[in-house]
Amino acid sequence: MLNGTVIIFTSFAYLGLLFAIAYYADERADAGRSVIASPYIYSLSLAVYATAWTFYGSVGRAASNGVGFLPIYIGPTLMIALWWVVMRKIVRISKQNRITSLADFIASRYGKSALLGGLVTLIAVIGILPYISLQLKAVSNSFTILVQYPAIIMPARVDAAPIREDTALWVAMILAAFTIAFGTRHLDAAEHHQGMVAAIAFESLVKLLAFLAVGIFVTFGIYDGFGNLFARAAAEPSLRAMMTPLEGVAGGYASWVWLTILSMMAIMFLPRQFQVAVIENVDEQHLNKAIWLFPLYMLAINVFVLPIAFGGLLHFPDGSVDADTFVLTLPMAEKRELLALLVFIGGLSAATGMVIVETIALSTMACNDLIMPVLLRLSSLRLNERRDLTGLLLGIRRGAIVVILLLGYLYFKLAGEAYALVSIGLISFAAVAQFAPPVLGGIFWKGGSRLGALWGLTAGFGVWSYTLLLPAFARSGWLPLDLLENGPFGVALLKPLQLFGLTGLDEITHAMIWSMLANIGAYVVVSLLVSQSADEHRQASLFVDVFRQTGEGGAARFWRGTASVPDLFNLLARFFGVAPAEAAFAEYANDKGLGWPDERLVADAELVHYVEVQLAGAIGSASARVMVASVVKEEALTLDEVREILDEASQVVVYSHRLEQKSRELEAATAELRAANERLKELDRLKDDFVSTVTHELRTPLTSIRAFTEILVDRPSMDPGQRNEFLGIITKEAERLTRLINRVLDLAKIESDKADWVESAVDMKEVVSDTLAAMGQLFKEKNIEVDVLLPERLPSVTADLDRMIQVMLNLLSNAAKFCDGANGRIEITLTESEGCVRIDVGDNGRGIDPGDHEAIFSKFHQVGDALTDRPQGTGLGLHISRRIVEHFGGRMWVETTPGSGARFSFTLPTGAPP
Amino acid sequence: MSEFASKGPRFVALCMLGLLLFNYPILALFNVPGTLFGIPLLYAYIFIGWAALIAMMAFVAEADR
Repeated sequence: MLNGTVIIFTSFAYLGLLFAIAYYADERADAGRSVIASPYIYSLSLAVYATAWTFYGSVGRAASNGVGFLPIYIGPTLMIALWWVVMRKIVRISKQNRITSLADFIASRYGKSALLGGLVTLIAVIGILPYISLQLKAVSNSFTILVQYPAIIMPARVDAAPIREDTALWVAMILAAFTIAFGTRHLDAAEHHQGMVAAIAFESLVKLLAFLAVGIFVTFGIYDGFGNLFARAAAEPSLRAMMTPLEGVAGGYASWVWLTILSMMAIMFLPRQFQVAVIENVDEQHLNKAIWLFPLYMLAINVFVLPIAFGGLLHFPDGSVDADTFVLTLPMAEKRELLALLVFIGGLSAATGMVIVETIALSTMACNDLIMPVLLRLSSLRLNERRDLTGLLLGIRRGAIVVILLLGYLYFKLAGEAYALVSIGLISFAAVAQFAPPVLGGIFWKGGSRLGALWGLTAGFGVWSYTLLLPAFARSGWLPLDLLENGPFGVALLKPLQLFGLTGLDEITHAMIWSMLANIGAYVVVSLLVSQSADEHRQASLFVDVFRQTGEGGAARFWRGTASVPDLFNLLARFFGVAPAEAAFAEYANDKGLGWPDERLVADAELVHYVEVQLAGAIGSASARVMVASVVKEEALTLDEVREILDEASQVVVYSHRLEQKSRELEAATAELRAANERLKELDRLKDDFVSTVTHELRTPLTSIRAFTEILVDRPSMDPGQRNEFLGIITKEAERLTRLINRVLDLAKIESDKADWVESAVDMKEVVSDTLAAMGQLFKEKNIEVDVLLPERLPSVTADLDRMIQVMLNLLSNAAKFCDGANGRIEITLTESEGCVRIDVGDNGRGIDPGDHEAIFSKFHQVGDALTDRPQGTGLGLHISRRIVEHFGGRMWVETTPGSGARFSFTLPTGAPP
Repeated sequence: MSEFASKGPRFVALCMLGLLLFNYPILALFNVPGTLFGIPLLYAYIFIGWAALIAMMAFVAEADR
């Protein structure tokens, strides 16, 4: 059943399905309901990395050297770990500058240099040709083999070689037609190809499923699981070395490392990877999932490579079957027709996916960065005056697609025979790795200059051509083989495969070392030696500082000149058509809060920049700049002016940092104020308490005075004895009232720090004796015995003499009040210790409850039961005393020994005043 | 920016880890005869290490920021 007709029919049915998917996705996109706005579709579209090389070639490489196929996928995994830092930046830059391709990116970074864009395009096209030829070879080979079913005959031995070459040509032409239909249906300002992305994502699923199907079939169908398969391979003496392949078989560790580095570059700078990862990215956040989903995809598609390789080697031990075809020939040998057909379709999807995206990316580059800049400069074509250029642009792209595929076919015919699939692909990898220095240097190093990039690329590409392309042509007979063996003109040092005598490395490693040395060396050295122009300086800072800018307006501030709205509109209309231009202007005017058309719309720097960016989406940044310059009068900025603008920008940044700092300080100050306010409220509450307590205290004597006076007034006939008693009470209460008021005034003075302190050297012995003298009468009346214990010498303290006497009087009168009624006894002790004079006043009263030890020092606190005991003081004396002692740096406290009364003590520091 | 600041270094560290794991001399430790579950040691190591690296990348990428 498996014959040419069936295969061709299936293939076309598959391609038709792809087209339907793309068409559907495009329709949905036009309706504003994109199907590709998903991180999963984005991740799958990234898997366009896995081409026929992966599908057929990995097994071939594994069969010859074990692990040699793996760096191609481990390298990208490592690079993707850096995507959060690197790729996110590239995507952001590209969105802000409407970058349309890798060439556009590099050209734009180095001052929108058309020359650089052209060079990058040239390198990309030439470098990728081997890669495209690889796909053509894989598809035509697999077709030729499958057509022979049930026989398994290698294509090289098929009698009708011309048929196969015809197949490759047919494949190339069909793919060209298909790509044109996919990628150039209309001109999109953002260079998005939603239909293509949807189709590519679908292809990624198909090739993964096909490969997993054949892998499972070989591992579990033909053999009995991984263990069984590897055990049987290990039993073969010829395969034993492949169980530890890194010594000898795989070209050693150097080869492994360089392949890893090479693929790290490839995943970033292959034009198709740049296309799907950067240009077709619709949302930066998709990177989050892609960062691990895409490596997972690569892991999945590689799990069965080794089993298929070993299975093939065991199955075809005589070497009659090319290992590159094991994926297809194993199912064929087992007579699994449907599986073989599925494999063929899987391989087809891997190859077509690559060819479609790669040629679209390359044709965009060729159109925008190679052909248009030239056409626009040719004044004889009068392109500047053409009304509508959309047709021309699409025409150029379609032509470029056909030419690129034909060139790929040509390379296949010229050089495709001498190499295995993977070796062909690696030549392309080495070519695109040349873009790493200008791109990575360009986004992290402002110093990288246009001339540096030009020289670096030229040098790197030159070395690549000499060490990889030249040998490929020599091997296929287009150049004398003598060139490889003896070097040009017999100079052995210049042998392309052992340049300057470097031997012992495989071709790719050898070429990578020399080309990277030349590329990076020239880029850095020239950049350091040559100063940048104003344009370069501006672009460098726009690219490197992309995360510090806000929106697209960033670039507008670098423009100065005059323009007119109609001129700009006509320019846009010529490249996009009138309706899309209307839409673009309406959107811009809408952002400004105006309508379109509107007289008030001014052709300022922002509008000019807007038009240039729109145009860049269609014809690349370098050409867009030329076109815009043709309709506006621009004043060139000097390097100093650009620097000035940049400085202003950085000053704004500094200023905003300062603002942030100020606002933080303000916040701190606010917090402090809030705390102070809380404290004030608390104090206010305390004051209220104090006032109400004082009032209450004042009322008690007043009430009593009033009551007795009223009695006296009401009863004039009261007997004199009682009258005198009442008058005595009134006098006492009045005295108490006076005392209380004096104390309150005193306290107010002390608390507000308005008291007049008269500081002098005070001898405490004198204070004690003065106080005792003043109170001697009282003690005698109450029959209280006073013991005084004075040391011989006592240093003086710095204090206010009157205040000290006040304190002593207070303590002694307290002691007299509370000591034992019958056998009163007071003990006064003065001691000196640790730089302090300490005074103790003890009594033999009932003592103070320990719970009250602190409370008695607070205002208006009276010890005793308020209901039964008459208050005997103002309740302010101890509080004031403590304040006085504390004012002079001392301390006052009370201790109680149960049964032997209370003892008040205070200390005062000797020596210098506080 | 804060997101960038916290994730960036973690990813860079993972990349460094990968460069170490899949390079001489660590690779040489496994380039010896022997099998794990019937799979030659080197192949088993590479695939398991690779899967672990991807798992770590997924963890960092999807971690709450």
